Order: sequence, then C-alpha cells, then structure tokens
Amino acid sequence: MQSDFDTSDCYTIEGKLALPYTYFAGRVGSRFITTLRDQHKIMGVRCAACDTVFVPPRQTCERCLGDLTDSWCEVGSRGRVVNFTVVRYPDRHLPRPVPFVLAMILLEGADTPIVHLLEGIPPEQVAVDMAVEAVFAETTTNTIRDIDHFKPCDA
Amino acid sequence: MARRVGICAVAQTTYQRDKWHERFQGMALEVLEPLLAQTGLDFSEDKGIGMSISVSDDIFDARTISDNGMTDVLGAHMRCEEKIAQEGIQALYYGLAAIQGGHVDTALVLGHCKESQGQSRNMVTHMAFDPFYTRPVGLDFTAAAGLQAQAYADRSDVGDTHLADIVARAGRMAQLNPATPEAPVLTREEVLASPMLADPIRAHHAYPVSDGAVGMILAAEETALAICDHPVWITGVGNCMDSFFLGDRDLASNFALKQAAARAYQRAGIDQPRDRFDVVEVSDQFAYQQPMWMEGLGLVDEGCGGAWIAGGGPDAMNVNRSGGMLAGNPLILGGLVRAAEVALQLMGLAGERQVADARRGLAHGVMGPAGQFHSVAILERD
Repeated sequence: MQSDFDTSDCYTIEGKLALPYTYFAGRVGSRFITTLRDQHKIMGVRCAACDTVFVPPRQTCERCLGDLTDSWCEVGSRGRVVNFTVVRYPDRHLPRPVPFVLAMILLEGADTPIVHLLEGIPPEQVAVDMAVEAVFAETTTNTIRDIDHFKPCDA
Repeated sequence: MARRVGICAVAQTTYQRDKWHERFQGMALEVLEPLLAQTGLDFSEDKGIGMSISVSDDIFDARTISDNGMTDVLGAHMRCEEKIAQEGIQALYYGLAAIQGGHVDTALVLGHCKESQGQSRNMVTHMAFDPFYTRPVGLDFTAAAGLQAQAYADRSDVGDTHLADIVARAGRMAQLNPATPEAPVLTREEVLASPMLADPIRAHHAYPVSDGAVGMILAAEETALAICDHPVWITGVGNCMDSFFLGDRDLASNFALKQAAARAYQRAGIDQPRDRFDVVEVSDQFAYQQPMWMEGLGLVDEGCGGAWIAGGGPDAMNVNRSGGMLAGNPLILGGLVRAAEVALQLMGLAGERQVADARRGLAHGVMGPAGQFHSVAILERD
C-alpha cells in the first residue's frame, strides 16, 4: 500500500456473523450431559488398554483407538487444581466479568483435567494443588456449565 | 529420490494494525504482482503457474469458502485452485507434495488475513473450541496460552524479565524489517509494567493484531533453476497434531513440536540439529513461546530457555531476525511468514537484517490452542 494512498470517498460497512446452531452432543456426550444434569454425577470413560480415565468422555481412545462407548466410570465432583490462569481482558464471549480464574482441575479418579471456572476465592490466592469441588448449576444449559463453577473445598 | 522443490520468489505486504482502506484481494494483488515480476511466470495454460494455493480463514474473513472471493487474484479461474484453512506454512507443504508428486511443476502460494476486520481476535479463536465442554467456559487462544505459559513457567527457568527482554528484542529487530513498520519498540521496563492479560502473559507479551498478505512461488528443480538465480530448497518438512482437549496434553512438554521437528530433521538428513541452522524463525505468538519452541526444536536445552535468553542466545543463533510474530503477523500466516523470512535470508535478500552467508534455516509454524499443531520446515540453498 502506498503511503500516499488517497482515502477520500473510501468507506467501510458494518457486518456481523450471527448464526444460531443446534449441535448434536453425540451419544457419549449426551449421556455425560444428561447424567451431569439429572444426577449431578460427573462421568468419564476408562480405556482398559492404557488404563486412562478420560474426562470429558469420548467414544474412542485417541491413543489405543479402542471403543470406549460402554466404558463408563464415575469420577468425583471434587478434585485439585493442576494449573490456572487469570483472564483479565474483557470480551463478549467470556462467561464472567473479568478478572476470573480458569483452572485445569483434575477430578478424583480422572486422569485428564478439565478446564473450568474457579470462584469463591480471590485470584491472587489460587494455588496449584488446591482442593476444589463442583457447584452444580440451578438451571441447565446442557453443557459442561451444568457445573456452574468450582469453588475451594470447605476446610 | 523425489525431485527437489525450490522457493523461487517471495513477496509480502507490510503488516499493520488496520488496513481498513484495502480489501484482502488488494493485499493479495500487492503480493502477486512482484511474484510474477520476479519469476517471469504467468497463468498461461502451457507454461504458466500450475496450481494456486491460497491461505485464508473463513471466520477471520467472515465469509465461508473464503477462497472463492480470491480466484481472480490467484489466477485460478478455470484452473487448479486449492485452499489451506490451517496455518499458512501448510501451503508450503501442500505445494511441495504437489510438485514432488509430479502433478505440477510450479505452484503459487498466497495467504491473506485481516485480523482487524473482526471486533475481537479472541472471539475468532473462541470458535475453534467445541460447544459442549470448552466454549462454555470461555476458552480462546489467549486463555489457553495463559495456561500453557503458566505450565511452562513452572517447569522452566523463564521468568518475567526474560519475557520482557524477548519482547524488547523483537521490537528492535523489527526496526530493520520494512514489513513491520508499526512494530512496538518497548523497553524491558515498559513490558514489565504492562498489565496482565492472562497470567503470566502480559499485554505486551501478545502479538499485535495485524493485517497483511504473503506469498511465494514454488517450482521443481529444473524450472526453479530456469526462473530463479538463487532458489531455496525445501529439504525437510514435518508436522504433528496434539490432542484437542488441553487436559489430555502435557502443556509444557512440547510433545507435538518434538514430533514435527524429528520428522523434518529426518527428512532433511539432520541427526543433531544443534548448530546446524544459520537462521531460525519461530512463531512466537506470545513471548513465552520463543524459548519454549526453541527447546521443543531441540535447539536449546530443555528447561533452560531463560539462561538462553539471558546469555544472548537469540542473537547468537539468529532467531527471529525479522522480529518474529511479536512484531505482528496475522495468526494464520505466522508460519508462512517465517518460511518467507528464512527464504529471504537464504536468498541474500533480507536487507538490513541479512545474516551473512546464511545457507540453512528453519521455519516453524503453529496453530490451535496452546500449540496443538506444529509444523517445521528446513530450507537450504546450494
């Protein structure tokens, strides 16, 4: 672009991508979400070949390629923080006003941590290895947010 | 033995915060014309460019099949046209495969992106996540990088001062690169004083939003030598896709990058990569990634990125002489620009940032949250 480019009479127009979707959660995902929603239980799947408990569950082990469809196991609604960040940039897709904590939480009995909101504690007091527990949502969204957030376990 | 494939011409626009008065087709034309002029190629059926490979992203462009608005600029009407919707260095891989496979003798690679068009780059990368488990908690590439930066900080010697020095150096390097006229020149203290974005990532640790386009001409050896005085040979490429869920990965392990690098080194016949490259360009979207990726490439001892920064390693190893992504490239073009920069160095066309007698270089690209997908390309000149 030449620096002397004449921008007189040049204009921009406003646009927006906004397209409502309906996503199928899959058979495994559907059961995970309905169990979470209706029973407040968090379910994973165990791959017998590599002895890994995956949360969220999935139909196939990416490592062993085995079918995990009926390999359900319940994991705890408590766990510990293995990693976290503090989101401080406001944006429209974010679920909370900033700052808020996104933590990787390893639930009891699971081998793969999930990323979720950690609340009920100032961000500067969050620490790795902190024990946390799920707070279930009062109204369903049919997503992982049927856990509304995690909070530190009561001492 | 597959035939050699060379990069015969390189062109790029400047990378700037908001090219509001230029359409992406216009940016692409600004790249195409010098590519044709440098090589003397055209789009004629018999001796012209054999295929056109574009790089673009539907959500950044806000139109699906984002290449269909580009065909006239790419010379692709009624011709062989392909699109890479991954990170742009995949177009290099694609063109290499098409030429080595004997489908064509020449390929045009041309990527564009206007990050400024969307209100928020984070809203674009948020759409890379699934709608059940990860989007509902607000993940985007910046938050994912925050988690990886924290994991890396816990396992390496890289601290806040090292990160500030990386950003300050990127600004200094970018002053010698005419493609990055707006790259921020910052002191260590200014970086250290910038607010946290996603701890431990500070605002100045993040690559700037930018608009721009980059392209190159690839050709089989015989054609390359006929149209170019100094072709740069693609001698090894490798990539690797890690797990989708962040929790399925060890975020500080560099698993996918090590795999990608090993594949590229093996193909290039490189046993020990240390000291084998005259120039290295890594896609440092966030400051912590420069030492982390260097460790993953096997060019810096694991966990020692901080000592490498403090000891002047980036200058000694000619890493990101262009300024890197911290000087500003659109997300989807990062690796393709890295390859273009290495090619310019090996061609001796890098101007004030030229490294003397550069013969072999490495270009790295990354896409997906927290380095999910890595690509490595080894480039050499005769």
